[in-house]
Amino acid sequence: MGYPHKSHPRETTVLSKHFGDPEARSLAGWRQRGGYRALEQALGMGPADIVNVVKESGLRGRGGAGFPTGMKWSFMKPGDGKPHYLCCNADESEPGTFKDREIMRWTPHALIEGCAIGAHAIGAETAYIYIRGEFTEPIKVMEQAVQEAYRDGILGKNAMGTGKRVDVHVHRGAGAYICGEETALMNSLEGRRGNPRIKPPFPAVAGLFGQPTTINNVETLAAVPHILTNGAEWYTGMSLSSPKSTGTKLFSVCGNIRKPGNYEIVMGFPFKDFLYDLCGGPLPGRRFKAIIPGGSSVPIQTLEEAEATMMDYEGFVAQGTMLGSGGVIVFDDSQCMVKQIARLSRFYAHESCAQCTQCREGTAWTTRILERIEVGEGTMEDLDTLLDIAENMTGKTICVLSDSCATPVVSGIQKWRHEFEAHITQKRCPMRTAVAA
Amino acid sequence: MSGREEGALHAPAHASHGVRGHGHDQPYTPVFAGERRRQLDELLTRYPTKMAALLPALWMVQETHGWVSEPAMAEVAELLELTPAYVKGVVTFYTMYHQHPVGRHFIQVCTTSPCGACGAEDVARAFLKHTGCGELGVTSADGKFTVIEVECLGACGFATPVMINDEFLESVAPESVPQILASLK
Ligand SMILES: Cc1cc2nc3c(=O)[nH]c(=O)nc-3n(C[C@H](O)[C@H](O)[C@H](O)COP(=O)(O)O)c2cc1C
Ligand code: SF4
Ligand code: FES
Repeated sequence: MGYPHKSHPRETTVLSKHFGDPEARSLAGWRQRGGYRALEQALGMGPADIVNVVKESGLRGRGGAGFPTGMKWSFMKPGDGKPHYLCCNADESEPGTFKDREIMRWTPHALIEGCAIGAHAIGAETAYIYIRGEFTEPIKVMEQAVQEAYRDGILGKNAMGTGKRVDVHVHRGAGAYICGEETALMNSLEGRRGNPRIKPPFPAVAGLFGQPTTINNVETLAAVPHILTNGAEWYTGMSLSSPKSTGTKLFSVCGNIRKPGNYEIVMGFPFKDFLYDLCGGPLPGRRFKAIIPGGSSVPIQTLEEAEATMMDYEGFVAQGTMLGSGGVIVFDDSQCMVKQIARLSRFYAHESCAQCTQCREGTAWTTRILERIEVGEGTMEDLDTLLDIAENMTGKTICVLSDSCATPVVSGIQKWRHEFEAHITQKRCPMRTAVAA
Repeated sequence: MSGREEGALHAPAHASHGVRGHGHDQPYTPVFAGERRRQLDELLTRYPTKMAALLPALWMVQETHGWVSEPAMAEVAELLELTPAYVKGVVTFYTMYHQHPVGRHFIQVCTTSPCGACGAEDVARAFLKHTGCGELGVTSADGKFTVIEVECLGACGFATPVMINDEFLESVAPESVPQILASLK
């Protein structure tokens, strides 16, 4: 459903079917809605068979990078004598993204079921759900659901009576965007500062507690039970376009738009219809100006680019950006692009873990220069400096937070250069109303 | 668009939230006795290392005392077989652990771009005005309130989200601020 709105007829509700329905939160309610049948089925299957179904479904990671989930799982070698771990990434802190929050608030058992299936498939007995510290309500709901699942024998030493051990624990973060990066999350879970690790070794070799680990996003794991129940073909059949993008995807929509919220659509849906039909178009008397379709770390699209986009992994790339986390941020013609990009840059400067010089210094310089341009104190040279810094921040650091800061700056200057220049030549923000007396 | 002309919303340099508060010199009551100790012992069974219980243990400290003081860090360090310096290193990495006492109602307003585009700065200003805090990160004279800006709260479609202690509010508008404050004890 277009939560918090009524489901739109053009949505395909798989993950979001029970959003807004408090009864689906309880174990009894979840069972009534078909819950835990997929886990029962999975525990009766060999890990390799589960991995194969997920591979065939074409499911790709919903956390941002879009890595094929079945392939990721196949890197784990059950029976190698080491403890394996599954981490569920519920750090959801990428500006524009708020889908995992709804999955956890409304369908906590869907996530537990996905975690338990995932754990079994990779030969892990323990899964940790790492939830950002600010998500107090989702944490409470998840903890309650986990307790219920233990009480009912779904989790624990003898999961669903199969003799297999599956533990799921909720772990609360404490405020740091960077802990959404997979290796930073592992450090944080281990009780360390959330600094990303140098890769290799990759998590499948040495991850959490130095052991083979798989990490997946909430939405990725929540999709798995549906795939097991309905089959890989059902999942691939739900795509309107590229065979490389399959199934449904939740998009969070925010900013200057009539109906912000979460919408679930099949891959390949036309972005134009999505924005105007499902989300109700711009606010009265306004026009869309710029769209960041995949969370704040992807290139900004002009309205023309957005309207020509097919919403899947390849479709967004074809229009100069990325699907990312599916967080759609919309700015309309009342917004100053310089101000918005400066604020995004400040976000990255605040969140840099400061291990890498390019990122620590680059995010801070970029922010200072952008803020100076915004108040009318910039020079034309500043634009070249920004692009130069951006180049030095890209592809050179331990993780891609640095690149993410550069991305909106580069696409912003490329596509809205006139707005930057107007600030510089007029020595003020041309959109700012005169200072009130 | 009102409020735009009032200039950027920035915390004054001296206000790392609550830094002016008192409480550093108060006697310390250990957290991990009785029920809390039992909870910690249960937590330790979930992880293969003691260190992994550090973030949860610090949460328990903050729930008990309202902030994480140096004696608390030392207590946690001893229980988890870490050094106090190590614990401090971890505490300082994360934004949610208070290293100083803060107002009884700790108010966090998201002002990151998506919320910013929907007027979040005006919401933050309304809180500053109606709490009497005046500036971001400064605790009100009666010790009741501290207001800070926070980065994306992961609820951008419900602009403006605001956290007051553990309470998560959605779609807060400047007009609703006085009523929200009145409902706080
Ligand atoms: C700075 C940074 C922040 C990230 N934040 C998140 C996040 O909040 N949630 C998430 O699922 N993935 C996040 N990721 C991506 C993860 O590193 C990882 O790719 C993902 O959790 C893998 O799961 P998936 O394959 O199911 O997508 C982030 C990556 C970076 C570089
Ligand atoms: S790129 Fe930035 S956030 Fe990532 S590891 Fe380096 S300093 Fe930390
Ligand atoms: S930007 Fe405010 S909640 Fe995400």
